[in-house]
Amino acid sequence: MEEIMQILKDLDWSPLFISLKTGVVATFISFFLGIFAARKVVKATPGKKAVIDGILTLPMVLPPTVAGFFLLLLFSRRRPLGEFLFEQFDFKVVQTWLGCVIAATVIAFPLMYRNARAAMEQIDMNLVYAGRTLGMSDTKIFWTVIVPTAGPGIASGTILTFARALGEYGATSMLAGNIPGKTGTISQKIAMVIQDGDYLTAGIWVVIVMIIAFLVIFLMNLISGSKMKHIGRW
Amino acid sequence: MAVTVKIQRKLDNFLLDINFHSDSRRIGILGASGCGKSMTLKSIAGIELPDEGHIEVEGRTLFDKTEKINLKPQMRNVGYLFQNYALFPTMTVEKNIAAGLKGTKQEKEARVREMSDKFRLQGLEKRLPGQLSGGQQQRVALARIMAYEPDMILLDEPFSALDMYLKDQLQRELAEMLSDYEGTVIMVSHNRDEVYRFSEELLVIDQGKIAVSGKTKEIFQNPVSKEAAHLTGCKNFSKARRIDSHTIEAEDWGITFTTERGIPDYTEYIGYRAHDFIPVWNAEQGGADGAGSDRNGMLRFELESSAELPFEKNYYINAGKTVCWFVQREKVRELEERGMPDYLAFDEEKLLFLK
Repeated sequence: MEEIMQILKDLDWSPLFISLKTGVVATFISFFLGIFAARKVVKATPGKKAVIDGILTLPMVLPPTVAGFFLLLLFSRRRPLGEFLFEQFDFKVVQTWLGCVIAATVIAFPLMYRNARAAMEQIDMNLVYAGRTLGMSDTKIFWTVIVPTAGPGIASGTILTFARALGEYGATSMLAGNIPGKTGTISQKIAMVIQDGDYLTAGIWVVIVMIIAFLVIFLMNLISGSKMKHIGRW
Repeated sequence: MAVTVKIQRKLDNFLLDINFHSDSRRIGILGASGCGKSMTLKSIAGIELPDEGHIEVEGRTLFDKTEKINLKPQMRNVGYLFQNYALFPTMTVEKNIAAGLKGTKQEKEARVREMSDKFRLQGLEKRLPGQLSGGQQQRVALARIMAYEPDMILLDEPFSALDMYLKDQLQRELAEMLSDYEGTVIMVSHNRDEVYRFSEELLVIDQGKIAVSGKTKEIFQNPVSKEAAHLTGCKNFSKARRIDSHTIEAEDWGITFTTERGIPDYTEYIGYRAHDFIPVWNAEQGGADGAGSDRNGMLRFELESSAELPFEKNYYINAGKTVCWFVQREKVRELEERGMPDYLAFDEEKLLFLK
């Protein structure tokens, strides 16, 4: 027990903040991109739908290291795009926190997109038709009717996205590396200390991750539970 | 008040080919499920796109294939009442009503207030659709449409998902709410009672085509086509062979009718409504009843089965083909006292000559 207290006292909390920050930003980006992509795909013709859906879902199916490989290929400063971004905008992705965010976003995005899409596809088309015959523009129908009605599905997509982004390991370690205090996320910290055989520190981080995960899900359920009460009955 | 619809569209297993013009304010479209009647309404509203044709409401062209006119549903100014009302589930009643309104906040609020007064929704403004009864939902849906001041209102099977009691109540309410609406209303239904009650003019659609059209009451009296007769509730049909303009043989029943009325050339079937049979007893032969003298034009009463309903009793009679005879409750009592009749007679006036 004393040992644990001692570790806690000396603990470097930076992985927690880096992970949380990455998770929040990646979720925020995925939220809008995912809903936008879902809308496009729902409206697309069947053939197009299959192709776009395949591409958008790929990062979820592939091993994260493969996604990491592609991201490196894109953003490495020895590659055209990476070089261009660095020289024109002083944009560094590899070995930076931005890399954490991009890796987490790419990996977690399909969860948001797929959940949003599934929720939207279940919506009664008559709601859209009714909106149109009432003179509402398609954009207005989308944001005031479709998104709120798909609320529960979008909410659960957001939870999963956040959880996935928070725990991202494979692509992050390749793109952003594990620089303590800069790109060292909790997942990477756990892997690192385990390699040193430090199960106690790893265990403390595991507990922290579990608490966060539980809190997030609990909170989301609470919010969606009270807000969506009447939709369930509808 | 005028509407012209001329549309063609290939559907899965038939061609929808509808062509009508009407100056009537209340039009009914009657047809079996999947006959294309809903597709017709959706084409008028702009939700579905016909392959060919021309749609005009109040002199305004909404769609014309050759002139490449296809107004968006937002621009058509046609209200559409969906079977499930399609109220926006996350919006309160007042937000639902205001959903399509343009203008300042004050103008919208005033309009919403006016509508909730008119449609008796006071006190429900802050509720969500899921918290309303079926009747209240219908009123909200209609208020939402009326707030938008459409040139025309389309009703898509508005009552088919309701139980009998609620159905009657909502039919009365709907009629009342639409009574001061000046524009054209088209109602689509597969229920003959609903369209009979509602419409002045009627189109009967079968397999994507208009089987008959005309004044509602006249169509019920003389449906002209077998499909129309069927949809207006006629239960008994026999293949017919027209012998001359006053003689016709009902082949399935083995009866030859000699009529005072002229029999139209096109007649291929004879229809007879199940409520219109006249029971005849043997004892009556040559009696004062009059109907009993000639047995040739009658069906032998050979009971196959019967079914009891709350207000009437259905008898199924074996006459080559099963013939239905529906008897009202008061008459059933008489039958129970007197025993089953020996024959069923036809009232010549009520024979339907059909193509």
